[in-house]
Amino acid sequence: MNKAASAPPRVGLFVTCLVDLFRPSVGFAAVKLMEDAGCVVEAPAAQTCCGQPAYNSGDRDDTRKIAKATIEAFEDYDYVVAPSGSCAGTLKKHYPGLFKGDGAWEERAQAFSDKVHELISFLTDTLGVTKVSAELTGKATYHDSCSGLRELGIHDQPRKLIGSVKGLKLFEMDEADVCCGFGGTFCVKYSEISNAIVEKKTANIVASGADMLLAGDLGCLMNMAGKLKRQGSDIEVRHVAEVLADMTDQPPIGGK
Amino acid sequence: MQITSPTFKANAHEALHDAQLQRALGNVRSGFIHKRAKAVGALPEFEELRDNAKAIKDHVLEHLDIYLETYEKKVEDAGGKVHWAETAAEARGIILDICRMNNARTVTKGKSMLTEEIELNDFLEASGIQPVETDLGEYIIQLRGEHPSHIIAPAVHLNKDQVEQDFRRVHTEFAQDRDLTEPEQLLSEARQVLRQKYFDADVGITGANFLVAETGTSIIVTNEGNGDLTQTLPRVHIVVASIEKVVPTLDDAAQILRVLARSATGQEASVYTTLSTGPRRDNDPDGPEEYHVILLDNGRSAMLGTEFQDALRCIRCGACINHCPVYHAVGGHAYGWVYPGPIGAVVTPSLVGVDKAGHLPNASTFCGRCESVCPMRIPLPKMMRHWREKEFERGLNPAVARYGLKFWLWFAKRPRLYRLATYLAMPVMGLFGGHKRRFRFLPFAGGWVRYRDLPAPEGRTFMQQWRDRQTINQDARG
Repeated sequence: MNKAASAPPRVGLFVTCLVDLFRPSVGFAAVKLMEDAGCVVEAPAAQTCCGQPAYNSGDRDDTRKIAKATIEAFEDYDYVVAPSGSCAGTLKKHYPGLFKGDGAWEERAQAFSDKVHELISFLTDTLGVTKVSAELTGKATYHDSCSGLRELGIHDQPRKLIGSVKGLKLFEMDEADVCCGFGGTFCVKYSEISNAIVEKKTANIVASGADMLLAGDLGCLMNMAGKLKRQGSDIEVRHVAEVLADMTDQPPIGGK
Repeated sequence: MQITSPTFKANAHEALHDAQLQRALGNVRSGFIHKRAKAVGALPEFEELRDNAKAIKDHVLEHLDIYLETYEKKVEDAGGKVHWAETAAEARGIILDICRMNNARTVTKGKSMLTEEIELNDFLEASGIQPVETDLGEYIIQLRGEHPSHIIAPAVHLNKDQVEQDFRRVHTEFAQDRDLTEPEQLLSEARQVLRQKYFDADVGITGANFLVAETGTSIIVTNEGNGDLTQTLPRVHIVVASIEKVVPTLDDAAQILRVLARSATGQEASVYTTLSTGPRRDNDPDGPEEYHVILLDNGRSAMLGTEFQDALRCIRCGACINHCPVYHAVGGHAYGWVYPGPIGAVVTPSLVGVDKAGHLPNASTFCGRCESVCPMRIPLPKMMRHWREKEFERGLNPAVARYGLKFWLWFAKRPRLYRLATYLAMPVMGLFGGHKRRFRFLPFAGGWVRYRDLPAPEGRTFMQQWRDRQTINQDARG
């Protein structure tokens, strides 16, 4: 085996702004999962946000500025991994398009994009992780966040790993692949419509019979947890990484 | 038709509180999706067919002039007449002239969204000509003085009992105590009423799903057979079609047909696929004496060569609408013009102006379900984002959103200050979250906390804790 092949992969953790600010434990769960799988993980200090709020508001110039800073901060790593399908989708699927026709930057953005992965699919598809050593008694249901599902093809990977958590059973909900109504700024700009959508989602969650809701994106999780709590539900809401890393000491998202 | 897209939010509010509408929308959410999935699942080559269909239309759009001119020549070879119309008003004028030359008093109509777009019915009525919609859904909403709320299921916003009431109100020739509880009974009654109208009509107007350049043929697909009666019984048949409907050959049309019905209703093929080439020939048993085609632009050629060109691939199957969570919530009328749902959010700003339709491309979560089911692979979310970019450039988006974004960006572009601000703010906010770990009320977050709690931050940020961890690790190694 040559030296390059035996050196542990160096991963730059793109922690995402929501995890950084609201739920750091998801970031530490991500670090643990990747370290357990043999990676060296670093979190470059120059990162802020992937730029999606600007990008989806039509502010291309500012998005490009943020994208350049992100690429510069991360391009030396072997992999760039985010515990979010939405942010990983932006880095991977949308950054190159921002620099179309911009010679050197287009190439850099593409090279960067090739290294980007969402956490759970990185564990299974790139690192070949097939099971985790975690234990949690309960009935979980899993929500497929839109960008992860449709931009990155994440569907079976989290289910496979959830299936390996000792004591945890997966209860599929109806319309697991339908949007929760979060949509970034959509949820405040069109809050009434967003509410109608999340109400359908929580009805499906409750009907699944699960006592725990898991997903891979904190935005969606905060939206669904916020609605469940407002409705008085005691369903616990967690990022899937927390459960897979066996790090469920923190109170769930939005509390008990 | 008055454009109410500028009041989208108010329209949506009304729709969300309309119990009848919400009941009807439940059918969209359950019916179409399941049927499409089943039909697609049964056809292993479906994804390849999508690629094919897309390639055909992309090719046409690159050579639209050539195919339209070829088509025109073939129509005229078959004895038909092609009329070019740049605007809705021109198209209406041409249709009226044809009707007047034939002393038309009533016209029957097959289902056509393009005639909605040019507001043909109101115009004909104002000109003393009675238009009669023959598609059941269109017939129902014509009775109610409404517009379609869906491009393939125009009356999908209604429930059966509402239709029953309308029929009892309008069809006074039938016994009042008749049984109309079953959909078949409603259909049968509408058929009886419409049958005579087909014979009375002087002119039949249809849309077109395809125009075939190779043969000069127009093709419509229907499930009720009303289109056939509309175009074969009257003396004159007028086809109203927009320019992007042309395909090179019959084989191309056949290939796209394989994705059309499956995407729309989950059928392998629509019940009727009807091809018309010119007027009745000498030895034909039936058919119209005159065959006219109105080729309408109405803003489409301006989309060519722009970032919105791909939207011209649309074959109006409605799959994007059927799968849209926003449409499921508010229905079609809230969008405020002819085309609702994701495709409406893309083409409405093109056709009526982004200043009027600016809400539509914003009222999307970018969930991408529309693009994932579009048989023509139209990148609908990407196009909505293009509209947002145009609005942003012109400063059309609301001031609150603009300044909120600017505030966020100012920090996001300055990692050190961002770190400092969040190091200070998040632990405080975390404390205020209390033992429940969530907020029921929070200033500046009204849109969120009106409907749901806001989960509280855990406390210190990840980056803050990470830095500590690095320091400890270094000390340990040191």
